[in-house]
Amino acid sequence: EAAELRARLRAVRHTVLVLSGKGGVGKSTFSALLAHGLAADETKQVALLDIDICGPSIPKMMGLEGEQVHQSGSGWSPVYVEENLGVMSVGFLLSSPDDAVIWRGPKKNGLIKQFLRDVDWGEVDYLIVDTPPGTSDEHLSIVQYLSATHIDGAVIVTTPQEVSLQDVRKEINFCRKVKLPIIGVVENMSGFVCPKCKNESQIFPPTTGGAEKMCQNLNVSLLGKVPLDPQIGKSCDRGQSFLAEAPESPATLSYRNIIQRIQEYCEQHHFQEEKIM
Amino acid sequence: TPAERTNLAGVRHILLVLSGKGGVGKSTISTELALALRNTGKRVGILDVDLCGPSIPRMLRVQDSAVHQCDSGWVPVFVGQDKAIALMSIGFLLERPDDAVVWRGPKKNALIKQFVTDVAWGDLDFLIVDTPPGTSDEHISTVEALRPYQLLGAILVTTPQ
Repeated sequence: EAAELRARLRAVRHTVLVLSGKGGVGKSTFSALLAHGLAADETKQVALLDIDICGPSIPKMMGLEGEQVHQSGSGWSPVYVEENLGVMSVGFLLSSPDDAVIWRGPKKNGLIKQFLRDVDWGEVDYLIVDTPPGTSDEHLSIVQYLSATHIDGAVIVTTPQEVSLQDVRKEINFCRKVKLPIIGVVENMSGFVCPKCKNESQIFPPTTGGAEKMCQNLNVSLLGKVPLDPQIGKSCDRGQSFLAEAPESPATLSYRNIIQRIQEYCEQHHFQEEKIM
Repeated sequence: TPAERTNLAGVRHILLVLSGKGGVGKSTISTELALALRNTGKRVGILDVDLCGPSIPRMLRVQDSAVHQCDSGWVPVFVGQDKAIALMSIGFLLERPDDAVVWRGPKKNALIKQFVTDVAWGDLDFLIVDTPPGTSDEHISTVEALRPYQLLGAILVTTPQ
């Protein structure tokens, strides 16, 4: 079984997990934009895997609601947004978008394994895995199954307030426990600039120093801070890429910088590995 | 057995606070609801079954508290201005606040069952149960464990998008 997974994932060059401890901080939003950002380079093949079984957001965010998964001789076919951007999610397996997937851990683990074993991703430069909040079955399983290939690292998403950070610190500890390298932390919803009066407000005040302080304390990299922009939520609801819809937004600039840093981390990593080999 | 006095026998109403989505304000609402009900003179308890991301202890400023055992099980932590809201959360069982609870379903289910049956709530008008996002182990186990009791219903929390 491990051999099956290894064979299927052999053609994946880089794998990035998008995690948080906290729900609603923007993991799926970030995963979707990371995928779009990386796929802007048409020479790169990008795969986006959504393992949030109970609350799959990726189909809607990628404008793929209502799509179904097709089977072929070589396995399940991902749903393609662009020629070089394929997506897989339990959302595509539901007969109706409001169907609840009320599964206990073992059944969820089984589907995640199928996603990795049975989906014909083909040659992939970047596999991005969007996860649900928490540190449970899905997280343990994905780390376990992906040990068949190699995970470049995890991007951990948070918002500035302590109620988020306290869950995110747990996630960082989870990564350390399972020896998952941390590429860095992204702080979403970090301030709001009013488009009319240009005043900046802290909608979620960083009462304990925000992600910046947490990263300093825990010695992890802060990849960047992304301000709130109502257009982000709108683009997600409409299944459009926010980066394409609002290229001038300060949030877009932040996202692009963060995506570049992730790319650099992965490429450097790969280079070092090749050197060793 | 039905004749025995169980730990939930003195609880008049049980309210679940649910969402599918994370980060919409379940824990915030659970806390505010408990405080508001307390303000009207009701006896209130909160059961926090978010095992991976327990937020209630910090929201009520008792993140450094510990729980004790008595003959009927765990004694909840009493919070609020008049120390009259009873709270149970896995947050109180962690050795360190940043410890990740990295448990698979079965272990989570076992603890939730214990939280439902082994906390000495005493007499409460309302027990508010705060849940994690999703529709999985925690939710199935909580509903199953609460079925024999006075389950008033669920409040669903969302945001507009």
